Amino acid sequence: MTRNAVEFRNASAKSAVDEKRQGLLTHAIGNYLGKRDTGRKRFRDWEGARKQAEAIKNEALENLDKYLPQFIEKVKERGGTIFCAEDEESARTYITNLALDRGVKSVVKSKSMTTEEIHLNGALEKKGIKVLETDLGEFIVQLAGETPYHIVFPAVHMSKGEVSDLFHQKLGSKETSDIEGLTMIAREHLRKEYCSADMGISGANFAVAETGMISITENEGNARLTMALPRIHVAVVGIEKILPRMADLSFFLQVLPTMGTGQWMSCYNTLVGGARGKNEADGPGEFHVVLLDNGRSKILADAESRETLRCIRCGGCLNVCPVYQTVGGHSYGTVYPGPIGAVLTPLLRGLKEWGHLSYASSLCEACTEICPVKIGLHKRLLANRRDYAGKYGPMAEKLGFKAFAFAARRPFLWRLAGALAAVGQFFYPLVAWFPGNPAKGWTKGRMLPRIVWKSFRNMWIGRGGEIS
Amino acid sequence: MNNGVEALLERVRSALGSGARPEPAERYYRNLMPPAGGKGEDRLELFARNVTALSGVFHHAGSFEEAVERLKKMATELKWKKVACHGTGTAFKAAQALGLDVLNTDGGYEKLALEKCDAGITECDALVAQTGSVLVTAQSAGGRGLSILPPHHVVLADNKQLVADLSEAFIVLEKKYGTNYPSSLSFITGPSRTADIEQQLVLGAHGPKKLTILMY
Repeated sequence: MTRNAVEFRNASAKSAVDEKRQGLLTHAIGNYLGKRDTGRKRFRDWEGARKQAEAIKNEALENLDKYLPQFIEKVKERGGTIFCAEDEESARTYITNLALDRGVKSVVKSKSMTTEEIHLNGALEKKGIKVLETDLGEFIVQLAGETPYHIVFPAVHMSKGEVSDLFHQKLGSKETSDIEGLTMIAREHLRKEYCSADMGISGANFAVAETGMISITENEGNARLTMALPRIHVAVVGIEKILPRMADLSFFLQVLPTMGTGQWMSCYNTLVGGARGKNEADGPGEFHVVLLDNGRSKILADAESRETLRCIRCGGCLNVCPVYQTVGGHSYGTVYPGPIGAVLTPLLRGLKEWGHLSYASSLCEACTEICPVKIGLHKRLLANRRDYAGKYGPMAEKLGFKAFAFAARRPFLWRLAGALAAVGQFFYPLVAWFPGNPAKGWTKGRMLPRIVWKSFRNMWIGRGGEIS
Repeated sequence: MNNGVEALLERVRSALGSGARPEPAERYYRNLMPPAGGKGEDRLELFARNVTALSGVFHHAGSFEEAVERLKKMATELKWKKVACHGTGTAFKAAQALGLDVLNTDGGYEKLALEKCDAGITECDALVAQTGSVLVTAQSAGGRGLSILPPHHVVLADNKQLVADLSEAFIVLEKKYGTNYPSSLSFITGPSRTADIEQQLVLGAHGPKKLTILMY
């Protein structure tokens, strides 16, 4: 087992019995599910909308060699700068060098999973640049020195008491159990920072090929401030974010929040296509788009997993996943948790190190059923398992299945094994505590029902049944 | 400097191969979306309902003068001292009529001065009935900061600007700006909000705590 797999197992075991976290998560998700279902009903045909979303994203991906150059040209036409990063390191290097070159002392960031993916904050801080997350949830998580617990609700695992303690410790604010009060502490603290920051860094929810504009969906207004006030704006955009047409947004801007938060429209949907324009009152003097590959073109090349690039990061699959809700967002040890994380991480970061995540699923298919762009998530998990078992499956497991196949093909051996199992189970408690016991994971908190002496086969024969 | 564009496009081209591509997807989404408010009174009612549901305030004034009167009343009630506006059109005229200190964002402004204004008064490009949204752009609404930095955003809109759905709003944009889009545009749907702590809704997370739409 790799170190990541061991860490995942240990963290999951801990999180599964953390009632406080479970309570917070259950409350949040329960609240979300009601709003999501009301939101879906607003659509005249939600199932039709999923098919439409799938078709448009497929068109974008299958013609990325046409739409990407179009997007790039449009950004350049308006004076924006494009940098295409092959991996996370080249993206980090470009942004830190840019910041150093322009004498940037402080950066404000709006919520972005791609910047989490490239571990940007640490790289900037290492160069002595102050980095502040501005989305309330991200701000809390950053102060706590943690990573987001959820793609859409980063601080869903923290109670108001914990947030109050954190603010008291780090910002010197008075302790309070008033959530509005806590929100205002963050507001006041960050307002000064927007006005003095030199660089604003954002992600993008969509990138429109037709006009070369990026689109950002948010509720708080922190992304708008991040893109309005600092003198440089850098957007880190995964290459799969491309949409062909401007008008496609009239559809996706309503699909995304319906699944993401259960809103019909998020509070602010902002499109940005460049630095401050002629005759405009404000805006940055420079606009940079970092187009991030970081493994995406490899996924694109694989016809089977290509569909995962349709993902719009709504978090909908996390909210229906029994495994995510049990093990929690941090156990995965990755930027993207839940079903989509279990599918994407091995593809983006390597099957050997992350293939174990493909097993973090009961294959109940709730994720596939809910996905607004119809990614066959459970099928992708199975495909990852197939590839992982083929390449890196443990020898003991392979031998075990070989033995099983051998016995299952031989009725006598099968019957013998059944009888031995009943005896074995009787003595099992004697060996249960062995550190190397392979059944430990199953029997730690529960026991198989007693295996009876008389097998079904014997009962069948006893009642005069025939055996062919 | 090597910006990596060619290398990326090469990787993408080779990933996709040279095989035949499917036809562009047919766009039929307009028929699947939430209802879009028809015409006239229906549309107005849907817009008003959506704005109110999101804690925004909508007022339909009989004329521009009446809208200004309403604004004056708000300024007195809320004890505004300084407001911000833009341009020379309706937002500017309405702000002037208040007889308060006025900051005009045209040609640039001090960030901290704008932050201290009690309200930002802007025009807009469209109101969207389907979603209760206001469409603003950096060109039509005094830049990027005016509608997000002050704690209260007041929108002045002509009743002809009310459109049925988001699709129509994008058509308005295309007609108005064609190939020369403003550097930034926003669909604003209710006042700034967050529910990041224990899912409790709080207004005014980072942007305006209040949104008032005055249509005349």
